Amino acid sequence: ARYRKVDEDFFEELEEILIQADVGFGTVIELIDELKTEVKRRNISDTKEVQSVISEKLVEIYQGDDGADSELNIQEDGPTVILFVGVNGVGKTTTIGKMAHKFKSEGKSVILAAGDTFRAGAIEQLEVWGSRVGVEVIKQAEGSDPAAVMFDAIQSAKARKADILICDTAGRLQNKVNLMKELEKVKRVIEREIPGAPHEVLLVLDATTGQNALIQAKTFKEATNVSGIVLTKLDGTAKGGIVLAIRNELSIPVKFVGLGEQMDDLQEFDAEKYVYGLFANLVEVEED
Amino acid sequence: MAFEGLADRLQGTMQKIRGKGKVNEADVKEMMRDVRLALLEADVNFKVVKDFVKRVNERAVGQEVLKSLTPGQQVIKVVKEELTELMGGEQSKIAASSRPPTVIMMVGLQGAGKTTTTGKLANLLRKKYNRKPVLVAADIYRPAAIKQLETLGNQLSMPVFSLGDQVSPVEIARQAIEKAKEEHNDYVLIDTAGRLHVDENLMGELKNIKELTKPDEIFLVVDAMTGQDAVNVAQSFNEQLGLTGVVLTKLDGDTRGGAALSIRAVTDTPIKFVGMGEKLDAIEAFHPERMASRILGM
Ligand SMILES: Nc1nc2c(ncn2[C@@H]2O[C@H](COP(=O)(O)OP(=O)(O)OP(=O)(O)O)[C@@H](O)[C@H]2O)c(=O)[nH]1
Ligand SMILES: Nc1nc2c(ncn2[C@@H]2O[C@H](COP(=O)(O)OP(=O)(O)OP(=O)(O)O)[C@@H](O)[C@H]2O)c(=O)[nH]1
Ligand SMILES: [K+]
Ligand SMILES: [Mg+2]
Ligand SMILES: [Mg+2]
Repeated sequence: ARYRKVDEDFFEELEEILIQADVGFGTVIELIDELKTEVKRRNISDTKEVQSVISEKLVEIYQGDDGADSELNIQEDGPTVILFVGVNGVGKTTTIGKMAHKFKSEGKSVILAAGDTFRAGAIEQLEVWGSRVGVEVIKQAEGSDPAAVMFDAIQSAKARKADILICDTAGRLQNKVNLMKELEKVKRVIEREIPGAPHEVLLVLDATTGQNALIQAKTFKEATNVSGIVLTKLDGTAKGGIVLAIRNELSIPVKFVGLGEQMDDLQEFDAEKYVYGLFANLVEVEED
Repeated sequence: MAFEGLADRLQGTMQKIRGKGKVNEADVKEMMRDVRLALLEADVNFKVVKDFVKRVNERAVGQEVLKSLTPGQQVIKVVKEELTELMGGEQSKIAASSRPPTVIMMVGLQGAGKTTTTGKLANLLRKKYNRKPVLVAADIYRPAAIKQLETLGNQLSMPVFSLGDQVSPVEIARQAIEKAKEEHNDYVLIDTAGRLHVDENLMGELKNIKELTKPDEIFLVVDAMTGQDAVNVAQSFNEQLGLTGVVLTKLDGDTRGGAALSIRAVTDTPIKFVGMGEKLDAIEAFHPERMASRILGM
């Protein structure tokens, strides 16, 4: 094994690795500064030892002391309403399919609301997921008002005493003011029909997204009070490091990660495991 | 608008040096520190930024520049030239085969905008070039992908070739081209399923489609919001398939759009079109020079 020293080169390489994981320059600089101080204070020279300090610091940056927790807010007597939001193509509909499967296999009854009435084939896509998983999909015609679909879906969920209602919405870029207003209206209808709902508003982020994800989180939070993030497409080579800044600055925790296109490719988020994955490359380099 | 944030940052930086009567190496260095940060915050790939800063530095501290009468402006000129270079030269046109149909393959990661862009390109080909395209539904994996393309074809009143989702994409592509010849469709636009560049099986499938159909264009569709990974993806698709162009989508957002700069730099593949919305007319040709000017505000 080749043990390197914890010197300027080491920190520079760490900086590069984290920037390439989309952690963002500001966060990286903050981390490196703190690391350097810590390394000096504890008199660390071994890279093995420094690894755990890096993990520690990253988790610290991620978690802070906002107390946000990654459990889903599930109601004892339902229905629990989960609203999915996010920009175009990030994986909302697919994640809904996966999540419905997860709840179903826990023995819960699930209904899906086809709230994307805009994109070509969006309703049919959710219907395919519905029949794959074996849950009902409430829909209206393409082009109809998404708020009306939600209203219908809530009545169905109440009538059938469903445990969980998961609401799909059309992808929208956060700078489209009208579309964000439409989303606010969708949420208002849900709030009006079931006090306390939606119990979760999950923002879906594509791990390949760069620094724009922070603006996405900020704007969707303002519009819909996002309660958690699903970070998708982590089965690729992108790391989605921007979630650190999102948690740090906006206190929105990642709750789930997407690891593929199949029903089972959804996992609960594990901060320590995730953070380690961000700089695992650096570690591998040292170990050969 | 996309690129706006980057434009603001760079213009602020440039402003500091523009009017200076004397510029020394330290000034250039300071400016380039800011430029570096602005580019990184815009998601330009780390390595691309490094090379860019190095090149500008070398040229800017060259004798002619610093000793010129308007050194500040000369430095800015260097930055603009290098930025334009980074984006690629002249805008490029869409291929037209001398033996129709012209075959265009759309490839890329999941959710990038392939299917939508397939519809947009078909629309553009008919409207602007008076062509008769057919859309080919070769995504047999994503739920309702075929239905999505058929809906777009319907909206455009254009034919969509499909054999359902039980026939291999290679076979679908083969039969689509035969049919296109019979029907005198002069463009065949093949919509393929989204896939990871590291998925050997699915990348193999694309290679087989390419082998069989000998496409005139292979367009990589890339989400403009993509971060540092854009270069890995583009490089890998390029190595495996030999891309002829890139389409950058979702530029109607407020991303700083660094992927645009990075991809061109590492693949040497021109960005040919940009997607500016979800509607089928929201596509534009890409003009690197104009974009560089806009970013630098000149
Ligand atoms: N590799 C991978 N692909 C994913 C994952 N999640 C979703 N996808 C794929 O990403 C593409 C887009 O997913 P959708 O679920 O349609 O995304 P969406 O956010 O609903 O898209 P719009 O409704 O159009 O805004 C599809 O091809 C999915 O199969 C994931 O975790 N990994
Ligand atoms: N705002 C905006 N949305 C776009 C643009 N291009 C595509 N989209 C949207 O992005 C989402 C994904 O587009 P698709 O065309 O389904 O993407 P795809 O690459 O075919 O996805 P897969 O087949 O699942 O890999 C949809 O919601 C589209 O409406 C664009 O230029 N601007
Ligand atoms: K995407
Ligand atoms: Mg969807
Ligand atoms: Mg598609």
